Amino acid sequence: MAEFRATVRRRDAASVVDLHGQIDMAADGPLGAAYAEAAAQGPGPIVLNFEHVDYINSTGIALIVGLLARARTERRSISACGLIDHYREIFQITRLSDFMEIHPDEDSAAGAPAAAGNTGRQS
Amino acid sequence: MRRPWTLRRSPGDRQPDAPASPQPDTGRLGLEPPPVEIAPNDPLVAYFQSASGPVDLDSLELDSPALAQLRSTGSRMVVPLVSQGELIGLLNLGPRRSEQEYSVDDRKLLQDLAGHAAPAVRVAQLVREQQAEIRERERIEQELEVARLIQQRFLPHELPEPPGWHVAAYYQPAREVGGDFYDFLELPDGQLGIVVGDVTDKGVPAALVMATTHSVLRAEAPRLVAPGEVLGRVNDLLVPEMPAHMFVTCLYAVLDPASGRLRFANAGHNLPYLRGAGGVTELRATGMPLGLLPGMAYEEKEAALAPGDDLLLHSDGLAEAHGPERQMFGFPRLAKLAGEGAGGQELIDLLLSELGKFTGPGWEQEDDITLVTLRRTGAEPAAGTVTEFELASEPGNERIAIERVTAAVGDLHLPGARVDRLGTAVGEAVMNAIEHGNHNRPELPVGVRVAVSGAELSVRITDQGGDRPIPQVERPDLEAKLSGEQSPRGWGLFLIESMVDELRTSVDEQRHTIELIVHLEKVGDHG
Repeated sequence: MAEFRATVRRRDAASVVDLHGQIDMAADGPLGAAYAEAAAQGPGPIVLNFEHVDYINSTGIALIVGLLARARTERRSISACGLIDHYREIFQITRLSDFMEIHPDEDSAAGAPAAAGNTGRQS
Repeated sequence: MRRPWTLRRSPGDRQPDAPASPQPDTGRLGLEPPPVEIAPNDPLVAYFQSASGPVDLDSLELDSPALAQLRSTGSRMVVPLVSQGELIGLLNLGPRRSEQEYSVDDRKLLQDLAGHAAPAVRVAQLVREQQAEIRERERIEQELEVARLIQQRFLPHELPEPPGWHVAAYYQPAREVGGDFYDFLELPDGQLGIVVGDVTDKGVPAALVMATTHSVLRAEAPRLVAPGEVLGRVNDLLVPEMPAHMFVTCLYAVLDPASGRLRFANAGHNLPYLRGAGGVTELRATGMPLGLLPGMAYEEKEAALAPGDDLLLHSDGLAEAHGPERQMFGFPRLAKLAGEGAGGQELIDLLLSELGKFTGPGWEQEDDITLVTLRRTGAEPAAGTVTEFELASEPGNERIAIERVTAAVGDLHLPGARVDRLGTAVGEAVMNAIEHGNHNRPELPVGVRVAVSGAELSVRITDQGGDRPIPQVERPDLEAKLSGEQSPRGWGLFLIESMVDELRTSVDEQRHTIELIVHLEKVGDHG
């Protein structure tokens, strides 16, 4: 089982956070640090890239909720890409997808116009 | 005791102690006499050892059979080869070919020659002894390896998994492999035959007897189910095959996993321990070891194992292990440990760890150790159980549960998305069981049972937290979480409920059970 790690890179105006491994309790520290690093790069949108994530549990969902809450207070847009169908479904069931754009891949996430504010699309 | 010396009078082409076997007459002049044996207690040996140079046999006055024999073969002079005070060889000379007496110069020359030859001969002897020792060691190692291979060949490669039972086994041969063995036999009507035995003696002979016993048991047990009859029949078949001074102790038990009934007979083997609600009892049944006398009768007894009971079968290697003060591990200690409540693999681990403490570091195992444990884990499983297992309450074990459950439902050919949802539900339920039910105490098990009945796939996850009711599932309020009014956590139960068709919970005094239901007829409707 791959240990979680997150790396941050710039793509145009956006900061892309590449997530690797499993998002559970152990991801708390590294995920928070990666968000802070991305936020420090400027006010642009943050794209969470889930392409290399093989497991997300309820604790991982809570961590992502925490990031969304943080972004909301900073009035920053967060979107997600690279989720496999199963986790895309979980993001829908938990309504996370109401508060963050879900894109199939990084290109469409980085190319999308930044969501206005962080209030999300209320469904 | 020293070997007799064998002396040949020939020009230095043989060691004095070369074998005295008859040799073709290859003497250079066709004159080689037969070898002369010198007994270790012949006074000639002591004389040669203390002689300071060549010894004229003609002038010697000793009551020595060897001397007479030497003279009779025509020997005239012997030059002892002495190295570091030890007589290591002799130069044996006949008359000079010139028929003159040996001169002073001759004697001097022979004396010098002996002085130089003795240490060289001694070195050659030591090298030869060392080589022989190495060859012997290699031979012993090879024999041990063969014994090990034979024994391993006949040990079971897989443990049986009767529903509702946990079977574990441990086998560790001593360096000088003994004749321990154990076996599990599939018997008619789902019954399980359990064999633990020990052949007297060690090495290849023991391994061969073990192999024979194993084969005879395997052949006879399924035909005769009753354990006493089986041992009687096996004994009669073994008696004519058994090498002298060897026999086999053997316990044979037949378990009915559905009822917990255990019938057993014992051919002189260590008594098994049964730990039940009332403590530990020895399971006694009388009978002679196998292979000694034909026509033996073996008493047959019966015991019953209730859910939670443990059975321990064992060989001598553990109870008869010695500590640093030569004290024995002993049966009372073993019985006490068997009663401490550990079962299955845990009991084996406990016994081995106690053995390690008892013997201390650097202990060389004296005899093979064989342990077989059976625990009746719980209620009889319902029909249709696909798999059933337990996990320690350690974070991360939910991943193991997901893997095992998804593997177990593989034969149902559910669509991938359906399996993914079940996996997530199982993972969340096991996490809750570990964290909230068992409070992260690793020794408390989380039970997982996957069963199919009719059009329903059920995964039951049980923890030991019966004192705490399972909360109602509520839809988390994401807005409240995002605005910081609520903790971002609290998704587990909601996820579980969302991922399966039905969620059933039950609580008794001891345990929580959460049951995840997938309707198989709905499979086609989903992803």
